Amino acid sequence: MTGIEVTGVSRWYGNIVAVNDITMSIGRGVTGLLGPNGAGKTTLLHMMAGFLPPSRGEISISGQATWRNPDIFRTVALVPERESVYAFLTGEEFVLASAKLHELPDPRAAARAAIEMVEMTDAQHRRISTYSKGMRQRIKVAAALVHDPEIVLLDEPFNGMDPRQRLQMMDLLHAQGDNGRVIVFSSHILEEVERLSGTIQVIVGGRLAASGDFRAIRRLMTNRPHVFVVRSSDDRSLGAALIGRESVRAVELTQNGLQVLASDYGVFTRELAGLSRDHGIRLTEVLPADESLESVFTYLLAS
Amino acid sequence: MSGLINGVIVRITLRATLSRRRAMLLALPAIILIGISALLSATAATSKVWPPEILGTVGFTVLLPLTALIIGTSVLGAEIEDGSIVHLLATPVRRSAVIVSKYLVATALTIAFAAVPEYLAAAIATRPGSKLSIGLLVGAIAASFFYNALFMFFSAAFRPGRALAFGLIYVVLWEGLLSNLVPGVALLSLGHYALAIANSIADDSALHAYLSTGTGIGMGVALAALSIGLGVNRLSAFTIKGDVA
Repeated sequence: MTGIEVTGVSRWYGNIVAVNDITMSIGRGVTGLLGPNGAGKTTLLHMMAGFLPPSRGEISISGQATWRNPDIFRTVALVPERESVYAFLTGEEFVLASAKLHELPDPRAAARAAIEMVEMTDAQHRRISTYSKGMRQRIKVAAALVHDPEIVLLDEPFNGMDPRQRLQMMDLLHAQGDNGRVIVFSSHILEEVERLSGTIQVIVGGRLAASGDFRAIRRLMTNRPHVFVVRSSDDRSLGAALIGRESVRAVELTQNGLQVLASDYGVFTRELAGLSRDHGIRLTEVLPADESLESVFTYLLAS
Repeated sequence: MSGLINGVIVRITLRATLSRRRAMLLALPAIILIGISALLSATAATSKVWPPEILGTVGFTVLLPLTALIIGTSVLGAEIEDGSIVHLLATPVRRSAVIVSKYLVATALTIAFAAVPEYLAAAIATRPGSKLSIGLLVGAIAASFFYNALFMFFSAAFRPGRALAFGLIYVVLWEGLLSNLVPGVALLSLGHYALAIANSIADDSALHAYLSTGTGIGMGVALAALSIGLGVNRLSAFTIKGDVA
């Protein structure tokens, strides 16, 4: 049986509870662990990969306990969040070293295939120290996936990537998931995973707060009420125009610009630009005012 | 044994250690040692007491352990510190192979940066191939094995900063001070095990080991093996630092 079983797992550091009694079962396909920073996602991923023992409960991958069991890495891959790699190696040397550490029968071929998969063939002979953040992330993924693992754990894989690289990484994860692999990644930015499909597990304050289909959670996200601070060449006229829209629930004129309570995040952001253009108002600043992730997750939990 | 030495780990560790800026520091103790020897042999060439005193006592209980400390905590500790060790540990490679491979690299580098200079300094002070120089070389090679085993354990058991701090306290207080002042401490001093081994060849009364050659070899090997075993055990329980402050 291929999958990850988390049963009643808690992890605490002294008085601080990082993960609180989580039970989940992760199967084939793409699964996202979502939650604000410090929610316990990374702690959970590290326990899954056997780099941290649970204080209580059990974690197994394909039936095997993970703590103190490096043999799991024959079928498991971990892509850690920290960027540190052996920067003095070239990308190719790094992936090849990984292939050799896995004792693959043909390490060169495996390394070549993994590098191709992340589209790093052109840059493979450069030292990693010259790579951009996104390139480092990709070469890390290549090194982790070089042994064709059944289960892939990625900690914040989209961090530091530009939108194009993010899409590319998502396509890669989807392709892996569609191939029947178990793909688990963590993320603290909901918008990052907008285009992903699959299952999500929302973790807040160390607890499993919600789990379900990406689309359902995403709909909740984009429809949530949202406060924006908008500055423009003519705040009063813009405010008057905005209050006439369905997507706007309230407008307040403040010294620092307009404070707009939008009832629908997606519709509002699409309408704002057109509206200001129609009225000949120049927008100078649009800031989401309550971007604190806690508020977003609290909202998700409430619905 | 071959299963315990992983060529990939050896090569990466070697490159990583020598490419760090710290590597520059490694040559410093050796240069000082050779410099002092050259100076003393030019000014006090007739004295037969200083070469074993300086090269033996100071060399084995201060310079050698300091060099081993820098290297021994660097081969494993630096990778733990920056997190790159995870790329090594997220593979089925046996933890014993990680420790032993890195241990051998650290020992080889310590021999190159400290034991060979010991020989050169002794050769300058006496003559190349003298009993003293050969004795010091063999003793220093033994010391490289002993000290690095201990520091591998420190690196695996403590956080990088602490491993270095504890190592420094141990070298300065225990090896440098107590083991030379309190004869009983020599029984638990890696430097004095090595001195005993050196003395068995050099046969120089000024090399104060305070213990027999057999005791030195036996205790040194036993403690090194114990350190490596404990180090493997600690690395097997390696945890990535959590995101909880």
